[in-house]
Parts: sequence; C-alpha cells; structure tokens
Amino acid sequence: MMEIQRTIKYDADRVKGFGREVMSVPGCEQLESCIQCGTCSGVCPLSIYMDYTPRQVMALTRGDFKNEVLKSHTIWLCASCYACSVECPREIRITDIMYELKQRAIRAGLYPKRFPIPVLAREFSEMVKKHGRITEMLLVMKLFLKTNPLAAMGNWRMGIDLMKTGRLSLATEKIKQHGDIARMLDATDAKKGA
Amino acid sequence: MKYSYFPGCSLKGLGRAYEESLLPVMKHLGVELQELEDWNCCGATAYMAVDEAKACVLAARNLALAEKSGNQQLLAPCAACYLVLNKTKHYFEDYPAMKATADRALNAIGLRYSGNTPVRHPLDVLLNDVGLEAIKQKVAQPLQGLKVAPYYGCQLVRPYSTFDDQYNPTTMDRLLETLGATVVRYPLKTKCCGGSLTGTVPEAGIRLVYILLHEAKKRGADCLATVCPLCQFNLDAYHSQVTAQYGPVLLPTVYFTQLLGLAFGLPDKELGLNRAAIPFKWRPAAAAAPRPAAAVA
Repeated sequence: MMEIQRTIKYDADRVKGFGREVMSVPGCEQLESCIQCGTCSGVCPLSIYMDYTPRQVMALTRGDFKNEVLKSHTIWLCASCYACSVECPREIRITDIMYELKQRAIRAGLYPKRFPIPVLAREFSEMVKKHGRITEMLLVMKLFLKTNPLAAMGNWRMGIDLMKTGRLSLATEKIKQHGDIARMLDATDAKKGA
Repeated sequence: MKYSYFPGCSLKGLGRAYEESLLPVMKHLGVELQELEDWNCCGATAYMAVDEAKACVLAARNLALAEKSGNQQLLAPCAACYLVLNKTKHYFEDYPAMKATADRALNAIGLRYSGNTPVRHPLDVLLNDVGLEAIKQKVAQPLQGLKVAPYYGCQLVRPYSTFDDQYNPTTMDRLLETLGATVVRYPLKTKCCGGSLTGTVPEAGIRLVYILLHEAKKRGADCLATVCPLCQFNLDAYHSQVTAQYGPVLLPTVYFTQLLGLAFGLPDKELGLNRAAIPFKWRPAAAAAPRPAAAVA
C-alpha cells in the first residue's frame, strides 16, 4: 500500500534546544554559520544514497529537528572521508557533526534496527574494550551474524581468496596489559558523571 | 633515524602485506623501526561514532606509550590510525577539557602524556627524513614502463594536511617517479573508497570501488598504488562483487611500499605480493621492449 506522508516539517516537530545543544559540543560550533550552499552535498560520495543530503542534515540539526536527523540513514552512510569538512566555505566540521549525531542516535536508541553500520560500531567498541585490539575477521563474522547471515554466504568467494592469500586469521589479537583499556574507559565515564 | 612503529590492527590482519613490505624497505634505507610495546587499537572511525572522549583516550594510550619508549616519533602507516592519532593531538590542543579527561584516564593505568609525540606517515618520513635522493641511489631495478595510478584515499590528507596538499597530494607521485614508474593522471586520488560500507551497505560501497578501479583502468594504469590497508582491501578483495555488478575490472592494487621493494630489487616473497586476490606481477625484463597491451590486464 502506498504510504502517504507530508513532506514539509512543522514547528511542532521541533525539539527546541537540540540545535543549540549540538552546536555547544567541541568541534560543532561552526554549524551556526552554515549558509546552505550545498557544497557538502555536492562533494559527498554517498549523498545519492542518503534520505537527507548533508546540507539538509545541517539545516535540520540547526533547526532543532532532532528526531529526523537521529533517525536518518544519512548519519550512518557518512564514511568519514572529510571531503565536506575540507571544502566547506564556512569551515564547518561536518564529519565531526555527523559523529556527534551518530553518538546521540546510539545513546537514544534511535538507529534503524539490524542496520549493519551502528551494529559494527557497537561490536567494534566491545571488542576493543575486551581485548584492546581488533581481530578483523572475527569482527566481520560477528557483524554478519547479527545483521544478515545470508549476506555472509554471498561472500564465499572472498573467504576463499582470503584463505588462499593467508589473510584469514581468526586467532584473537589482544594486548598484554589487558585490564588497561577497561580501566581507562571506566575512568572516562566516571569523569563525565555518566 | 629511529621511530616507534605503530602497526595498528590491520597491518597484523587483512593488511599484513603492508607490514611485510614496509619493514624490509625501511631497513634497506637504514630507517630503524621499533614496534610500540603493547600498542592498542587506535579506535578508528567506528569508535568515534560511539564516544569521542573514549576514542581520544584510546589514541592517547598509544601516544603516551610512544613518549615513554623514548623514540618520540610515532610512525603510523595505516591512514585511519594516522588520522585518529593526529585528530586526538588536535583535540588536546584545541580543547583542554578533553586533554584533562585523557590525563585522568591515563593516570588510572599509570601512564602520562605530555602532548609531544609527533605522528608521522611513512610517505612523510620517506620524502622529508630519508629524501628522494637517497631513495634514488637505492633503486636497483627501475620500474620503467610501469604505469601507476597514485591513490591516496581520504584520511591521509583530510582533514589535516600534515605533510601534503589536501586537494592534490603529490608526495607519492614524486616517490613513484623516483622509482622510475610512470604516474598516470588520476583525479580521483583522494576520493573515498567506501571504508567499511563495502561490507555494511554493499550497494553503495561496491560502486565507489568500481568507480576507482574503472577510472584507473581507463587512464591506462597497470596498477593502483595505495597507502592504506582498508583502501587496499576494498579495491582488491571485493573484485568478485564488482565483477558481478559491473563486469570485470581486474586491476591490481599494491601498497606503495611493495613498489619500493621491487625497485630496490628485494625478492617478491619478502614483500607480501602473494597476499593479493588480484595478483600483481612485475617483470623488469619485459619493460625494455614496448609493452604488449595484453600485459595490462
């Protein structure tokens, strides 16, 4: 069935203060001076796949449309190539704003379920906390198991290539002072009063 | 010349050919590398999406370990590690509160960081510390006739242009020319390879890989040279997915360090050249004669 949705945003959709809050985060201050020129959307290699273009995300964030940006696919499609940040005439650190929005989406639990990118971020951070290092193949396998086990089957050819070229190692990489990472990260939490 | 060497997770995993070629090449040039004792994951792009402060804390442990080791300079060959370590240094300079947070976290494990560890990329060290003249003297088998598309990817020059131009970097171009190779004009040299999107959102990631390979091939390149393990992995390991969607574009992607090794006359086996899904074979003997077109594929 065709789903009809209005395409404009009302004042009632705003979560007042959201834009201010984001712009007070270190690195995100410059968003205030966005001129909506669209350079970011033009240089972004992923904008053609996004539900909102980077320019729109800038406008929506500044305009307090919290739910729209935190639920968007855009923030997860950002591959952190920093093309927008370098080209922005107003020196807005767009990539860092995307990171800030990703963090807020994870904290608010607003990301699309089973969408592989936030799952990757979570699995990655858990592996780092536990072992201090990433074992890439284990991470990839966990990701596929938790999001799309069938897609993993589709990559059998790559698995064979990796095995043949001696790159498929599954031995867990870890640091010697294995308690260090957890102690540091806990100390970071304690400081933030989280 | 002595540096602390920060391999990062990739150079011990999928990108091990990078380490396998970097170490003998640096040794050949008289550059001493000492692996950073008990280094940890830099945090990469994934951790920045979870928690910025923690991402900086992770990077800070490595910067502190480098300081403690006495070899102040930290060599980070992976573009993602290189960016995260540099970004953390910038954050500490710009936001004292962030540095204070990291200091407290480091204190919890008995480390301290004064803020003075320079983070260097091998390209930077090769051009600015070793020098092209010294490199030229070591070239035993010039890469004459080899056409290379220099691919820098994104995070080496963006957002910080530490040692090269962020719009049109040329350090690798100059290095490859010193080795006798022909550098093809490659306007996509800093275009994104898709990062982890090749695995997470293949419909978007695979297309970016295809564009990079296709353009290099169109411009007559025999191979792409890269400075980053993720770029190499994306451009090499996803060839069957690229072929399935767009047709075959079988162009080998090698680490610039592998080309250095070949030019120095180091044996293939020591350079990790057996690690690629799309194999790269360079026969200097064939270069003397005009190259047959078939050799490109």
